[in-house]
Amino acid sequence: MAEGHSAVVTPMSGGASGENYLTTGKGPLSWLFTLDHKRISVMYMVCILGSFLLGGVFALLIRTELWAPGATIMTADTYNKMFTLHGAVMIFLFIIPGIPAALGNFVLPLMLGAKDVALPRLNLLSFWCWLAGATVCLVSIVVGAVDTGWTFYTPYSTTTSTAVVSMTLGAFILGFSSIFTGLNFIVTIHTMRPEGMTWFKMPLFLWSLYSTAIIQVLATPVLGITLLLLIAERTLGVGIFDPALGGDPVLYQHFFWFYSHPAVYIMILPAMGIISELVSVFSGKHIFGYKFIAWSSIAIAVFSFLVWGHHMFTSGQSGLVNMIFSALTFSVAIPSAVKVFNWLATMYKGAINLAAPMLYVLSFLFLFAIGGLTGLFLGSLSVNIHLHDTYFVVAHFHYVMFGGTVIAFLGGIHYWWPKMFGRMYSEFWARISAALIFVGFNLTFFTQFVMGSHGMPRRYYNYLEVFKPYHQASTVGSYILGVAFMIMAYYLLHSLVRGEKAPENPWGGATLEWATASPPIATNFEHEMVGLDPYDIDSLKFDRQTGNYVRKDPGSIFLKPIGDE
Amino acid sequence: MAGSHFTGHNPDLAHHFENLDQQRQSSRLGMWLFLVTEILFFGGLFCAYVVYRVNHPEVFIFGHHFLDKSLGALNTVVLICSSLTMAWAVRAAQLKQRAILQLMLVLSFVLAGTFLGVKYVEYSHKWHHGLLWASRYAPDAHILAEAGVEVAEAHGEEAVSESIEGVPGDEIGLAVEALPVDEVLPETLLENAADSEISKIAPAAVGPAGLVTPEARAAAEAERNAVIVNPANAKTFFSVYFLMTGLHGIHVILGMIAMLWLLKLTRQGVFDGGHYTKVDNIALYWHVVDLIWIYLFLLMYLID
Repeated sequence: MAEGHSAVVTPMSGGASGENYLTTGKGPLSWLFTLDHKRISVMYMVCILGSFLLGGVFALLIRTELWAPGATIMTADTYNKMFTLHGAVMIFLFIIPGIPAALGNFVLPLMLGAKDVALPRLNLLSFWCWLAGATVCLVSIVVGAVDTGWTFYTPYSTTTSTAVVSMTLGAFILGFSSIFTGLNFIVTIHTMRPEGMTWFKMPLFLWSLYSTAIIQVLATPVLGITLLLLIAERTLGVGIFDPALGGDPVLYQHFFWFYSHPAVYIMILPAMGIISELVSVFSGKHIFGYKFIAWSSIAIAVFSFLVWGHHMFTSGQSGLVNMIFSALTFSVAIPSAVKVFNWLATMYKGAINLAAPMLYVLSFLFLFAIGGLTGLFLGSLSVNIHLHDTYFVVAHFHYVMFGGTVIAFLGGIHYWWPKMFGRMYSEFWARISAALIFVGFNLTFFTQFVMGSHGMPRRYYNYLEVFKPYHQASTVGSYILGVAFMIMAYYLLHSLVRGEKAPENPWGGATLEWATASPPIATNFEHEMVGLDPYDIDSLKFDRQTGNYVRKDPGSIFLKPIGDE
Repeated sequence: MAGSHFTGHNPDLAHHFENLDQQRQSSRLGMWLFLVTEILFFGGLFCAYVVYRVNHPEVFIFGHHFLDKSLGALNTVVLICSSLTMAWAVRAAQLKQRAILQLMLVLSFVLAGTFLGVKYVEYSHKWHHGLLWASRYAPDAHILAEAGVEVAEAHGEEAVSESIEGVPGDEIGLAVEALPVDEVLPETLLENAADSEISKIAPAAVGPAGLVTPEARAAAEAERNAVIVNPANAKTFFSVYFLMTGLHGIHVILGMIAMLWLLKLTRQGVFDGGHYTKVDNIALYWHVVDLIWIYLFLLMYLID
């Protein structure tokens, strides 16, 4: 891995001693027991990408099975387990912790000019919870897997013979991991901002992480108790969700979606934060409408708690309740659109640099717009009846979660990769892979919109001959995605060994993480930092010789060297 | 691990904070947020309780006769006292009174232990009589009689067989039928049985208006009008009781572990400098545990 200081040592880089967080402390235990947010973030990253690979393999198996009607490569029972595991692994192990725990953990203290998050031990505990939860989930997969769908709807989940208890127990433990990360971020943002960084001088990524953390803290405990009740239902025979015992299975759906709808905003909000950072840096312009973007994150967090009923339009809610939830669902479109328009306005007349991260931004804008707008179709009561439980829902969800969150996550990985590991990846292959992902994604999921609107139900093992062309196109698309990710894995891993050494600030970002060495030293900064306008791109100039962006006024962001009393 | 991370001239100050004030604010805010998650966690449970109770009030009215109000009240007093001693402990830590701090922590620990002791008495009583969660619910006739459970024939209706439809008879009512008719409940309870011990709402499984078939609706009406004394799903009450008090009990045990930890720190002189944040945080947690019990007491024991 990256050893030593970066090739470009400017007077303020602080890399002179040759040490960085990757080389301070050696051996596996120095990682497993570290309190350094950067190391925790790297461990999270490795584990989360591992989960992504696992979930991806499940997805490819599903798509292969659907190549032709009837049995192709697996039995119907195996198929039911496959789509459940794909959903559960991707949701609970990959996408919920994804951006906050892997990227947020690394970047948040750096953006604050701080040495660490406020509660480093809790941060480590969060990672251990993730490991424990993931282990329980994997055990569950080995001992028989689950075939309920990732939503664990009762009464099927209380009667099926598959390993529901261990899978939900795993998700329960993973919930603590998520709560601890969110709690830590709220406290850190409240108490660790540097001098000069008022709330409205925070980078927008922090606003989005803050909104995400609010949801994590307020919604996750409800999922915890829901899953615990489900476990009690199976082991103790409690009748809360069981109609045979006077319980109400729809109550489970209410509980589940009270968490899981806000949870989709746990997934998308940090992605929006990444886009806000990237769009400004790669357009060479100050972000447009800072306060609107900041407040829209908070607005989305608030609205997220008020729309869960739209998952139950067809489960017998009263017409009035349906109407209210439908109206509230539409209103989420407002803050989301506010963001998109501000990003577009930021790009307007900018000097757009089409580096790999920016390609992901453009993909995001295109795909998220489709994902968001099809959400309005599903939010309309009458149309929902037709589209409910069809591939249209699957396509909508993937356009938002994959086209939105995963694409932004990839953009963020490419953007912060040089900072995390001190190496540059191959720009050429990064662009190829970004383009392949865009094509493969649309081929996979746009066909599913068409299938769904023609009535192809989701989660079905078999289908009518008429849907065959769509399914086959979708499967081909998923293979293209697989190839694109293999290319990405190759050039990223290759960069760790052979990559060019990264300068401090290869992209020209004005946020504080770019004002320290790449990779940073264990305590992040050698100076106490001052919070200036995080989008003042013009305060930087490009140094052709070193390939680095430097401050025109180098002293402006430093207060004093650390340790100077 | 702490050694390398928490260095500096002030042993109380972690390296990544600028000053003690920032450190104190951080851990205090963290604790409050954690307590918010605790409230939401129990909130979900209370919500499930409310939904089931609104749908099936008779189950709760029936079940609560088997809880010992005086033991519950005693435990409430014990926990409130322990909240007082914890608050006193915080004050002592602020004033750097090591001896008093130590005494108060010991007292709080003993009171928490007393609570669990009383809880043990209650649990073992229920265990003895088979008043357990649904999968092990098998009450003996003796305990049902003691609580004054009505026998169905007293009303001249075939209520028992109707009300326990779909539930194995040996689990619910058969033992009751053997009881003599006049050894039954007080007059008031009988009156209540006629009106309040009956579901106010159609069984949830039937589904809301519009999706239900006329026959199902008629059946639901009939069931609603039937007099139910020993309700079909009485066991759900005990499931809910053990779930809620059990989860609360786990929190009490965690609180006791935290108190021991504080006691150890006190003896090491950690709080002699007046840095009382840790005591404060554990006390806050303890007050929430106390508060949750008060609600549990009201919702499980004092239903009439």
